Amino acid sequence: MSAQAKKYSGQPLKRIEDPRLIKGIGTYTDDLRLPGLLHVAFVRSPHAHARVTSIDTSVAKAIKGVVAVLTGADVNEKCGVVPCAAAIPDLKLPKHTVLAGDRVYFVGHPVVVVVADDAYAARDGVDAVEVEYDPLPVVVNPEEAIKPGATLTHPDLGTNVAFTHNVNGGTDIDEAFRRADRVIKQRVYHQRLTPMPIEPRAVVASYHAGEGTMSIWSSTQVPHYLRTLLPGMIGVAENKLRIVAPEVGGGFGAKLNVYAEEALCGHLAMRLGAPVKWAESRRENATSTIHGRDQIGYYEVAVKNDGTILGLKARTIADLGSYCQLLTPAVPTLTGLVLTGCYRIPAVKMEIVGVYTHKMATDAYRGAGRPEATYLIERLMDLVAKELGLDRVDLRLKHFPAPTEFPFGTACGVTYDSGNYQGALEKARQLADWKALMSERTAARKSGRLFGVGVSTYVEICAIGPSAAMPAGGWEWGCVRVEISGKVTAITGTSPHGQGQETSFAQIVADQLGVSIEDVVVMHGDTAVAHYGRDTYGSRATVIGGTALVMCTDKIIAKAKIFAAHLLKVAPDQVAFADGQFSAPGAEKTLSLAAIAGEAYVAKNLPPGLEPGLEASSFFEIPNFTFPFGTHIVAVEIDRETGQVAIQKYVAVDDCGPQINPLLVEGQVQGGIAHSIGQALFEQTVYDENGQLLTGEFMDYAMPRATDIPEYILGHTVTPSPTNPLGIKGVGEAGTIGATPAVANAVIDALESLGVTHLDMPLTPERVWRAIHQRTVATV
Amino acid sequence: MYPAPFEYLRPATIDEAIALLVTHGEDAKILAGGHSLIPAMKLRLAQPRYIVDIGRIRGMSHIRETAGRIVVGAMATHDAIERSALLREKCPLLPETAGHIGDVQVRNKGTIGGSLAHADPAGDWPAAVLALDADIELAGPRGRRTVKADGFFVDLLTTATAPDEVLVEIRVPITSAKVAYEKTEQKASGFAIAGVAVVVEQGGVRVGVTGVAAKAYRAKAVERALAGQSAPTAEGIARAAALAAERVEALGDIHASPEYRLHLAEVNTARALRRAYGN
Amino acid sequence: MSIPVRITINGTLRQFDLDPRMLLVHLLRDACTLTGTHVGCETGICGACTVLLDGSAVKSCTMFAVQADGAEVTTIEGLAKNGDLHPVQQGFWERHGLQCGYCTPGMIMTSVQLLSRNAKPSREEIAHGLAGNLCRCTGYSHIIDAVQYAAGMGGAR
Ligand SMILES: Cc1cc2nc3c(=O)[nH]c(=O)nc-3n(C[C@H](O)[C@H](O)[C@H](O)COP(=O)(O)OP(=O)(O)OC[C@H]3O[C@@H](n4cnc5c(N)ncnc54)[C@H](O)[C@@H]3O)c2cc1C
Ligand code: FES
Ligand code: FES
Repeated sequence: MSAQAKKYSGQPLKRIEDPRLIKGIGTYTDDLRLPGLLHVAFVRSPHAHARVTSIDTSVAKAIKGVVAVLTGADVNEKCGVVPCAAAIPDLKLPKHTVLAGDRVYFVGHPVVVVVADDAYAARDGVDAVEVEYDPLPVVVNPEEAIKPGATLTHPDLGTNVAFTHNVNGGTDIDEAFRRADRVIKQRVYHQRLTPMPIEPRAVVASYHAGEGTMSIWSSTQVPHYLRTLLPGMIGVAENKLRIVAPEVGGGFGAKLNVYAEEALCGHLAMRLGAPVKWAESRRENATSTIHGRDQIGYYEVAVKNDGTILGLKARTIADLGSYCQLLTPAVPTLTGLVLTGCYRIPAVKMEIVGVYTHKMATDAYRGAGRPEATYLIERLMDLVAKELGLDRVDLRLKHFPAPTEFPFGTACGVTYDSGNYQGALEKARQLADWKALMSERTAARKSGRLFGVGVSTYVEICAIGPSAAMPAGGWEWGCVRVEISGKVTAITGTSPHGQGQETSFAQIVADQLGVSIEDVVVMHGDTAVAHYGRDTYGSRATVIGGTALVMCTDKIIAKAKIFAAHLLKVAPDQVAFADGQFSAPGAEKTLSLAAIAGEAYVAKNLPPGLEPGLEASSFFEIPNFTFPFGTHIVAVEIDRETGQVAIQKYVAVDDCGPQINPLLVEGQVQGGIAHSIGQALFEQTVYDENGQLLTGEFMDYAMPRATDIPEYILGHTVTPSPTNPLGIKGVGEAGTIGATPAVANAVIDALESLGVTHLDMPLTPERVWRAIHQRTVATV
Repeated sequence: MYPAPFEYLRPATIDEAIALLVTHGEDAKILAGGHSLIPAMKLRLAQPRYIVDIGRIRGMSHIRETAGRIVVGAMATHDAIERSALLREKCPLLPETAGHIGDVQVRNKGTIGGSLAHADPAGDWPAAVLALDADIELAGPRGRRTVKADGFFVDLLTTATAPDEVLVEIRVPITSAKVAYEKTEQKASGFAIAGVAVVVEQGGVRVGVTGVAAKAYRAKAVERALAGQSAPTAEGIARAAALAAERVEALGDIHASPEYRLHLAEVNTARALRRAYGN
Repeated sequence: MSIPVRITINGTLRQFDLDPRMLLVHLLRDACTLTGTHVGCETGICGACTVLLDGSAVKSCTMFAVQADGAEVTTIEGLAKNGDLHPVQQGFWERHGLQCGYCTPGMIMTSVQLLSRNAKPSREEIAHGLAGNLCRCTGYSHIIDAVQYAAGMGGAR
């Protein structure tokens, strides 16, 4: 890295991408209009499990404007199978065709596709298709599903168990439990959630029969994954396939996937010789776009009476739904990677059982596996403290590794890159005015109020990830070009959809090259422009993608120095680069980067042996994950009569290393905390015993509104990561990981006087009221 | 997202609207603010063949005082009611209730008449009109008639309005400021899980409860318990409120069990009573 | 059967012959290619489709276009005047009031009405006023900052 003064990095700059979005002239997938565009709609199963006995498309085909009505028998052979890329040994996979065959396996399973001139006619066509179903027994409860004789989700697999994954780490677990003074046990249910980006999914596909080329625009986080995986489905070669992720209206993992509809739209465009568009409805988004979480865990902690934690045993049952989408089975295994949280816990044993049920697939929803781990360990720390009568903060401090102990290897088999957990905790306590808060808690309780304080100290895995740990490469690609005009084009293989990298990457590149940020344009999300990439998820983009761009600028500066030496008639090692100027001792002038770019492309005076042009591309392979951390402190008060929880104070201290743009970091943290508040207090995806989805609309799936958000007190500490030259760690998921347990712990703390030690989320007013009510009744 | 086809009719007068309803019978639906009907049509849960848009009929959205009564046209929007200076002074329960409905965009379009005619068990207006002992005026081919709020709500989504009748206005008494509406919202939709409206009058109180049962109801046991008291004690209020859901069969769904709804009926009744009595 | 309709959209009077079932949001997005007005749900909850109808914020997904006959509709595209951002747009930019931007047009339109009725709203009043607009990215705090910024600039304009 060059020794540039950082003019932009670290500044809270407003975003370069915003003007088009605040004027309403950004282009999301559904905004695209192509000549002759046809509209696609789906007939979806109303049953969770049924045999499809007949399909009559004749009436639908006769509707004015309807162009085609196709069933699984018409298209499945041509569209391959929906891929699962998770590398889990002995994974049992059902065949996942784009439309249902003779059976449906979840409510929302696509059965028939209708194509029409406009979206109204397509919907009329959907209504006119007659499908007869013969309903079959349904299994929705994963614990029931693994009992002998249970109804099978996919009878042909012969079992509902998709895989069993074991984590055995550190010292001997049995020995740890033998040495324990006590074993504390808890069952914890981590509820199913629906990601619900406000923009549902959408796909536009257009095929050029002459060239044999296909363009697909999709509201996706992973255009490059699509370009890698769709060729095997629809038979268009990778180098004839262009994927564009235009403006994408939020993802949160829901768009980190390869979906049946994406392949099918591509196929339809070829088959019908016309461009097609599918825009998902909200109900479809709720039934047929991935869900998240949904783990039941049984936990046992071996402790000494002084609080020392000797070991942790866990058995987790992960509800996968009826199919494996791209990363479905990998998500619960991520839980196993950070189960020990910020703590020194010498022995770990975890068994994860992935189970099929007749529901939509779960997959990577914001945090993906780590929120589950963090919630568990943070709940367990409170349980241990409570059981042993210890202070929960002291208990945490007792198990933190010292800042000097990093890199810190855990019993889960990962190595935390850097950390100062004590520092973040201390800062959070300062910001929360901890002593005053605890006195307030005491005073409130004396007067009979249900007031609680929750603490969560978390560590999470970001910069996902080193290729060794990934199904197909975890590197990132970038390209930087200094144009002949001196303008700088930076192309990233990440695919931002709200995170703001058009700004933060411009900050990095402008600083590296010493140019004005106005001269930098960041491009992304189009495989015709960003040839390679591993896209955006797992809080990876800034760390890995940003570093790839730094590598490019390093190469550019090195090459420009050779040019400069040639032009200044000095030896290359005499050239210095600072503030965008190349100079050498004794040379009479300095050269700007733009001047060198001009020479590089005009190419009339090239240094011997040097290629023209001033462009470089790079792949960055990160040596390890990064491990951001922090402390959240929350105070809540509960309305005893109604069970309603009110957040009184919210303090978050996050350490994601140096911040490229503090405004964007703050936005990520606040947005993540909102997801957490939703999860802790009211969000839950509900299926009834027949596998009917009861939370299929915003009318029934409660998400935070502006009125649910407390005023935040935010702070940060800065512990650089040694894994990358910028020292950064990633922040996209921190809020969703650190905040949920803090809120939950606060609510349970408020109920302490009633003898409540644990409640499963969401902590809805009714659930809290029931806890209060039962305890009150029981103690009277 | 895409409603089924229909024929659009736009009468200029109430009589014309009635004539269209008579002609098309059950196939026709009145369109007022559209904020219950259109979502149902978009999900194709409702597929009327004729839409009778009463939005252009003049003189249906008045809010005025006539002969010692407050008169509110069926087409008055929730927003107009919330912000009416007249109502704030002379019938403050109506603006208070309006402010609890949906969000500002919903209030800008949704109407009190549409809400009453729709009779959603979780709607807010039913509680208020019950507590105000409103007269609801209906116009039909057989002329006009007035139905007391107490007899208006028949069942889930069913009222005394006949398919060929138009709800034209609501008449309520002028009240003091001794009124209150206490609502617990369904978290996702904002509708009422339990909403209780209270009007304290000389020598008595009226209590309307919505969200709890298949139809909104008057909590008459509460009213009887407080009859004749102008300043009940906190204990008296608590005892009365405990009767808020007497003999009520409560609804239950993923948002609130019957038990919790019954409990909230009591809590919100007590809270509304305390506030209305200034206790 | 199509119905003749006249609507003034962002200051220009337009005439259409409409299938009555066409929702206002589809008229704007498809017939007028004003795609800044977004769709996020079927049930009128999310507010991504919010436009001003005769100055009032309404959800254009919960209205038939024929109902807007004779009315004035302002969409996000009609807010900036002579290239100058509206104060609310400016506020969203300055205060990082958006991430993916999908909810943003609706948020901005609702905020415009909010400030036209209350020039100096408190944070609670802003939150209450925006209860009909969902954002899944920002966590709302910066949105409230943005509206306060706009109020400081003279708000509604
Ligand atoms: C997002 C959202 C949130 C909401 N939240 C709430 C809430 O918190 N509380 C609440 O109470 N409501 C809520 N509503 C419903 C809203 O108040 C509706 O406006 C109201 O229920 C119906 O009124 P409308 O004018 O929109 O009627 P429409 O939808 O036009 O009509 C409803 C029904 O009544 C009939 N009808 C309408 N007017 C008349 C009339 N004058 N005579 C005879 N029949 C008539 C129609 O034919 C139709 O069957 C919400 C709606 C939405 C979309
Ligand atoms: S699109 Fe969601 S409210 Fe209109
Ligand atoms: S900015 Fe993405 S939904 Fe609000």
